[in-house]
Amino acid sequence: MQDVIPEKAGSGTPVPEPGGPSPLRRAGRALTPLLWLGPSLALIAVVVVWPVIEMVRTSLLKISSSGVTLGGRGAGNYTDLFDEEDLVPVILRTLGWVAGIVIVTMALSLALGQLLNARFPGRRVVRWAVIVPWAASVLMTSLIWKWMLDNYSGLVNRVLLDLHVIDKPVNWLAHPREAMLWMMWVAVFVSLPFASFVILAGLQTIPAEIYEAARVDGAGPLRTYLGITLPLLRPAIMIASIINVINVFNSFPIIWAMTGGGPGHATDTTTTFMYKLAFYDQNVGESAAMAVVNFVLILVMVLLYLRASRWREEVR
Amino acid sequence: MTAPSSRGGASRGGARRTRTVVLTGVGWLVALAFLLPYLQMLVTALKPERELTKSPGTYLPDHWTWSNFVDVWSAAPVWTYLRVSLVVAAAATAVTLACAMPAAYYTARNRFRGRGAFLLLVLITQMFAPTALVIGIYREMVALNLTDTLLALILVNAAFNLPFCTWILHGYFSSIPKELEEAAFLDGAGRVGALTRVTLPISLPGVVTAVVYTFISAWNEYIVALTVTASPDRRPLTVAIPSFVTQYQAHWQFLFATSLIAIVPVVILFVFIERYLIGGLTAGSVK
Repeated sequence: MQDVIPEKAGSGTPVPEPGGPSPLRRAGRALTPLLWLGPSLALIAVVVVWPVIEMVRTSLLKISSSGVTLGGRGAGNYTDLFDEEDLVPVILRTLGWVAGIVIVTMALSLALGQLLNARFPGRRVVRWAVIVPWAASVLMTSLIWKWMLDNYSGLVNRVLLDLHVIDKPVNWLAHPREAMLWMMWVAVFVSLPFASFVILAGLQTIPAEIYEAARVDGAGPLRTYLGITLPLLRPAIMIASIINVINVFNSFPIIWAMTGGGPGHATDTTTTFMYKLAFYDQNVGESAAMAVVNFVLILVMVLLYLRASRWREEVR
Repeated sequence: MTAPSSRGGASRGGARRTRTVVLTGVGWLVALAFLLPYLQMLVTALKPERELTKSPGTYLPDHWTWSNFVDVWSAAPVWTYLRVSLVVAAAATAVTLACAMPAAYYTARNRFRGRGAFLLLVLITQMFAPTALVIGIYREMVALNLTDTLLALILVNAAFNLPFCTWILHGYFSSIPKELEEAAFLDGAGRVGALTRVTLPISLPGVVTAVVYTFISAWNEYIVALTVTASPDRRPLTVAIPSFVTQYQAHWQFLFATSLIAIVPVVILFVFIERYLIGGLTAGSVK
């Protein structure tokens, strides 16, 4: 984070300098922004920058299980982390988790955005319904899915038994593979509203005349969609995907509520793995090392986002 | 998407009607799919406890136990959880707004050295969820002796919602011509008067969106509250409700009754700000 800002600051908006103001006035002008931005800067410094520094510092310290600092450890926490036999499976699982959820979410949200943009009676109510998982607590949504997947009394088993898809109740969340797929579905479910509304916003920026012109030229629905809609939606798709990637990567409540990352580490992603290292294994130093690795990965994704959103052009 | 032009008028009207019927059907099915888990919450919240252990589960309650929504208040200190959530969310919203408003106004009205850097810092902050920094936040709160305090939750929620508020307010303030404020100022309204009588009313949708969005995200925040709080009277709803179902008890009906109490009001609030949200969440890249 520290590295990014000065680099970009150099290319900041040029300050208009009328005539030659006195040094005192120039100093005053330089300080006025601080007055207005001060509260925000202070809040970001205390709650965002400090924890980042603290995290990096902790990852280099030897800390006892009761939280007492026993001195520096160099890269010891990192070598411990990379020696964890669960680490590679957890990282691979995280990659699969992110890729699977984002691909399915984006594919479904393209269709859903189109539906929410089409004209039909009750469209407004449908939009409201789609918003619900976005407004509701992800933890609570995860808990209802956990209950619906319950081995004995869950709705999912009841429906599948009645449809004769299964002949005896399945304990979905006890088997890592099934549990992972269901949790990925829940993540898709809570990601869909935002992604669909971004796509909807993108669709609304496409002028109707373009479609009219395509119709006059005799382009069919498929050609129109592939030739006009999809290319013009590119920015919206990029933004929605990257924000989705970051959110899903950071997703904690779904796994925490539904399997707790278990059995063992069989359904952990890097986020829950990091959390368990700190608060189950009482190994804060190694957990901080994991957190730093996560942080760097997210930073890379943020940089991709900045490129995709061409944010500078928007700041006017 | 459009009907082929080669068809005659009558069949084209028919095609359009079929299309509307299909769209409506699909639309309502989608709505049902999104609501289903929450309907299941309601149905579960209305079942008597003994029915919850039946295998296989029942679709609808045999006995509609509306009293669950009364009993839940005495089954656990739900009112305390609600109060904590409310205090944290309201205070976080106030802090966020107090920080975001001046910053958004100043960056919208002025060009100065560091403006780009500031807006970049805000955008980067938006990308980092508290989850990514939770270990650092925890260590900081231990160092500051702020663990198990509401202040810690308020500060964290305020900071991570600051970017959204700044972006959305920045957008509104930028869209108001400076001349409008100047005119009010010249008419004798004064600087503050120009701000409160011209700028704020025009940007009201932005302010309302910022307030509602911050409130709801703080209301729903989980991981920091889980990590930083310990005593029962300092835990918000999200952290408290899982304790309805433990190794020793399984009060799913109360868990979901409380969930609905938490979810229904914020969904209604969210519906009102829906169309202003995207601009703030995507930093204006998608309008």
